Amino acid sequence: MLVTFLIGRVMPIDPVIAIIGDHAPEDVVQRVRVELGLDRPLYVQFGIYVWQLLHGDLGRSVMTSNTVVEDIQRYFPATIELATVAIIVATLVGVPLGVLAAVRAGSKTDVGIRILCLAGHSIPIFLLALISLLVFYANLGWAPGPGRADVAFEGLVPVVTGFLTIDSLIAWDWDSFYDALAHLAQPAGVLAYFSMAYIARMTRAFMLDALAGEYVITARAKGLSQLRVIWRHAFGNIAVRLVTVLALTYAGLLEGAVVTETVFSWPGLGQYLTVSLLNADMNAVLGATLVVGLIYMALNLLADAAYKLLDPRVS
Amino acid sequence: MLTRRVLLAATAATPLAGLAASEAVAATPKGVVVMVKQIDDVVSFDPAEAYEFTNNEVNGNVYRRLVVPDAKDHSKVTGDLAQSWTISPDGLVFTFKLKTNAKFPTGKVLTADDAAFSLQRVVKLNKTPGFIISQFGFTKDNVEKLIVAKDATTLEMTLPSAAAPTFVLFCLSAAVGSIVEKATVMAHDVGGDLGNAWMKTHSAGAGAYQLTEWVASDHITIDANPNSGIPVGVKRISIRHVADPSTQMLSLQKGDADIARDLTPDLLTKVKADKGYTVVESGQGNSMYLAMNQNVPELQKPQVHQAIKWAIDYEAIAKNITPNQWVVGQGFLPVGLPGAMTDKPFKKDVAKAKALLAEAGYPNGFSISMDFYSSAPSADIAQALQADLASIGIKVNLMPGEQKQVITKTRARTHQLALLSWGTDYFDPNSNSQAFCENPDDGNDSKLKILAWRSHYVDKELSDMSLAASKELDGAKRIAMYKDMQVKFAQRAPFAILLQKIASAGLGKGVSGLVIGPLPDFTNYTSIKKA
Repeated sequence: MLVTFLIGRVMPIDPVIAIIGDHAPEDVVQRVRVELGLDRPLYVQFGIYVWQLLHGDLGRSVMTSNTVVEDIQRYFPATIELATVAIIVATLVGVPLGVLAAVRAGSKTDVGIRILCLAGHSIPIFLLALISLLVFYANLGWAPGPGRADVAFEGLVPVVTGFLTIDSLIAWDWDSFYDALAHLAQPAGVLAYFSMAYIARMTRAFMLDALAGEYVITARAKGLSQLRVIWRHAFGNIAVRLVTVLALTYAGLLEGAVVTETVFSWPGLGQYLTVSLLNADMNAVLGATLVVGLIYMALNLLADAAYKLLDPRVS
Repeated sequence: MLTRRVLLAATAATPLAGLAASEAVAATPKGVVVMVKQIDDVVSFDPAEAYEFTNNEVNGNVYRRLVVPDAKDHSKVTGDLAQSWTISPDGLVFTFKLKTNAKFPTGKVLTADDAAFSLQRVVKLNKTPGFIISQFGFTKDNVEKLIVAKDATTLEMTLPSAAAPTFVLFCLSAAVGSIVEKATVMAHDVGGDLGNAWMKTHSAGAGAYQLTEWVASDHITIDANPNSGIPVGVKRISIRHVADPSTQMLSLQKGDADIARDLTPDLLTKVKADKGYTVVESGQGNSMYLAMNQNVPELQKPQVHQAIKWAIDYEAIAKNITPNQWVVGQGFLPVGLPGAMTDKPFKKDVAKAKALLAEAGYPNGFSISMDFYSSAPSADIAQALQADLASIGIKVNLMPGEQKQVITKTRARTHQLALLSWGTDYFDPNSNSQAFCENPDDGNDSKLKILAWRSHYVDKELSDMSLAASKELDGAKRIAMYKDMQVKFAQRAPFAILLQKIASAGLGKGVSGLVIGPLPDFTNYTSIKKA
């Protein structure tokens, strides 16, 4: 937090100008500087911020006029919704693909999966997103356009959780639910492909290592079935490492897939963070990065807890 | 399997996909126009505070002002809320007689008391655009006495000191001159903020529309004001944040958007080529210019300013880099503004530029750095300028930066050359003449730190002329003064004015009526129609 705070204060952008614009008269510039406390020494500014933070006050965003807490409550659910769908799809596809590639290492199947994963991980995500829009939205017409909902559904569903799919179900509004799901499909699909590529590659690497283990040879020598050897003995032993990969991938997605959110006009935390950063809206930047940091910590903690469940040797 | 060949084929096929999509029929709901636009510039919708492009544009349709520029002749103002007005012979007292048919969404008739309150509020709040009103000498202490409602339909404004009447009227026509409903605003006053916190996200105007919802960086929804008495083509306009121009284009082609506002030159060319779509455009009060900091010894001589101006290939930049987006404009008043200079005195003449450079004592040129916005089209223009200046021996070291970073640097006066843009604050020549010419105090404590100050440009004659023009009571004489100033400015100022912005919008099939104004607050939605 201190590093982010300092970066925000020492970057070569005058936050006052960023907020009130280049045309503001000098007296207004000076008054706003005082109002924002930017005329005070850095350590005082940081102290005030920490004191407010300890009282649950993340300050007010100058870009949105809302408190940062309100903004995070508004924008973060959109990112969670997107990231959760993406990680579920990526896991369900990536893990089996990785296992299959490892089991058939060197075969055409393995080469195919590796190329698929290489493409997913090396093609810039903005290109993937644009190609996806052009193909599935513009050409085939299978998916709706950018945004989280069509204009016709805007504001129809009362906000309860902030997750549009869940809120539309709570409201028993099936049309809104299908619309939200349809809008989610493309950006989630792009992110899922990107994440799947990484998960599959890691799974393959872990599995190759495991399949070469003596305990797997022993299991095979005992005459166990191929499926049992792969999923019980080999996969069971990589589960702990895989959980770390999944947790960090999910955290990366929650952090905000900035580019994907921009291309698909998805009002999530990544876009909020980027716009705030470009406008030197430091309360918003600090609040959002704090949330991201907490998520990393929380997911790491969850991964640690999962180790215990997956591996009885972990005490 | 995704190979390079497949990827290339897919990429090559995408324009065709776009063309196929262009056959789609508009799918936005009836009675609703969907406009896609970059709207992450909005900070507040309070007209006393709003000073960005999008919020001023929306406010122009949500609020009404006493006067507005005449749509047919921009050098004149016409009444909006004002039925008529008189100005005392000494130019100090402006008396406005208001129309009686303007109503707020609450159903209440707009009165002179609302008008007086609105202008007083601007001065008292003193937010960014507040200077447009307070520059005539209004302060928190005197404004209640100087701007008063004489009766329900009569507003009297007394200036502390004389100013050109057209200057005053054009400033009142700016978005900051919007009239708000006093009762609604004061009902939301918190701690003496004159309703500012509430007005950031709500509206209280008598315009054709009212602000229904704003979700930052997502969407803005405005609905027709049922009491305004102004006929509108559509009841609701939904402005959705779509940052990427290609995505805007796709939305337009698929019928998910009716109007796309930020199409790049190449996309506009495609839209223009398709008869199914319409492109509306308008010159903007926005100029791109090259600033030469006068604290850099190599840039101090007028011959160097001239040499640089004669070295640039303006037409090539406009034609090859910014078609449909920026056109050549060399006066500090963009075409469309009263007093604008339509002449283009400079064109690329390498021999002349070299001779001027030699005359200045730099026959072999010199090295210099140039700051510029790293975004398009500035980055490409900067490279073109680098090549142009290299042809006369000036070696330019390019220094790209994020826009606000470059602005911060120029405000600190630490740049050498800087490629910048400037939008006029209000529809009067004083806005730009003050910015480019006036620098009465070049010290660090100066109260006027605009463009001339930022480049250490001190030109007493032009500075005095600008000030005198702002006080000239004779309108025709005043315009002549600005034309004269621009000729002098072109000859000796350390600013090379390069281009004038063109704002364009692509309208989908069956959509018409969007009128783009020369300033954002003059863009009109009321005549937008959808078949």
